Amino acid sequence: MGITRWGLKKSPWVYHVNTGACNNCDIEVLDLLTPRFDVERFGIVLVGTPRHADALLVSGICTRQCRPRLQEVYRQAAKPCVVFVIGACACTGGIFHNAYHRWGRVDDAIREVDPDAIIAYIPGCPPKPEAMALGVFKALAML
Amino acid sequence: MLVFVLATAGTVLLGLLTKWVDRKVTARIQWRVGPPWYQTIADVCKLLGKETVVPETARKWTYLLAPVIGFGGATLAAAVLWGANLSSRGFLGDLIVVVYLLLLPAIAIIVGGIASGSPVTQLGASREMKLAFAYELPFVLALVTVILKAGGTFTLGGPEGIIAHQAQSGMVIGSVSGIIAFVVSILCAQAKLGLVPFDIAEAETEIMAGPFTEYSGAPLALFYLMKAVLIATLPIPLITLFWGGICGGWGILWAVLEYVLIVVLFVLIRNTNPRLRIDQALKFFWFGLTPVSVLAVVLAVKGY
Repeated sequence: MGITRWGLKKSPWVYHVNTGACNNCDIEVLDLLTPRFDVERFGIVLVGTPRHADALLVSGICTRQCRPRLQEVYRQAAKPCVVFVIGACACTGGIFHNAYHRWGRVDDAIREVDPDAIIAYIPGCPPKPEAMALGVFKALAML
Repeated sequence: MLVFVLATAGTVLLGLLTKWVDRKVTARIQWRVGPPWYQTIADVCKLLGKETVVPETARKWTYLLAPVIGFGGATLAAAVLWGANLSSRGFLGDLIVVVYLLLLPAIAIIVGGIASGSPVTQLGASREMKLAFAYELPFVLALVTVILKAGGTFTLGGPEGIIAHQAQSGMVIGSVSGIIAFVVSILCAQAKLGLVPFDIAEAETEIMAGPFTEYSGAPLALFYLMKAVLIATLPIPLITLFWGGICGGWGILWAVLEYVLIVVLFVLIRNTNPRLRIDQALKFFWFGLTPVSVLAVVLAVKGY
């Protein structure tokens, strides 16, 4: 368990899920993966499929249409997989918390599927890339 | 027995470090810092700790055995090459065996992609099939050039092999046809490794992860190791065929420099080119590189 846990901390592969965001948080997530912030130093690589992911970067309010799809993506991600809830909308609903098309909170949707999912919250509208990086490192340090 | 285990572990480690060199040089070209030296080892350790998911629509045993076959083919090719180079233990026709064994990783990717049972993986597998058709032809023609220059022998090691022939009458790369064949085989090796501009099968922005989409855990770790062994192994036949081997030619120190040069060439071509479409890649290999390698064969027959 020791060496695979060390591997998980040193090489988290991320997959980005947009559950109905205004794309601001998505742009900041993509900013984070550009050469300026260089997260490949820490082993963070953007992968193209949830099956390869160790961390799901979820942004957006969880719309009614997106909720079963988000749950399916979480189910298909190979465990152990942590979830990073990015942005004010994903954490609590943000300014859209009374919207008609919103189902609920992202972490409630995920805990429906897996009650002991590891979820980390990175608030902000949008969170600065530095804040996202800090959140990722704090979560990895607690693993 | 211990020698075989150590040789396999050594090749795998060399492959992981070569993959790291690729990522680090890429990072430097993009003015970044890049991952630390143990990054690829951490990737493999992490993948071994993830669960292995077998999709419902997949053929279970083919799906699980495909990475094993690919890894086995790549390490066997490495074994034959190390044997021919370091201990001149060649057998008749071992060049042909190496060519076939180096095709096994591509076949494993295709079989694994089709056995996964998902439309995205099947698309990636069909792309890999077309790419394999494309790059095998000029690669074999470049090898024919080397065989002709070395007097018509198919053997790598041994007393009348290609290495021994180069020790007597000069390296193949010292001739015009040798240089042309070397350039052709570098480009074919770039396609074999699945590096940009030919990473059509695993085009992340287009088809998720291509044939590897449904893999996770230990099978994905085996595919990762297979690609690592392949990137460590592919410069070795290039050095053997064109530069006179690791011990022959100019000596072991120069062989290390040649290895680094070939890997850096792969990385530079990778970082300065966009990805090709599959029809552009087919046209490039069949109508671009094949006439060039036919020219190299004709020059070799004429004696240049």
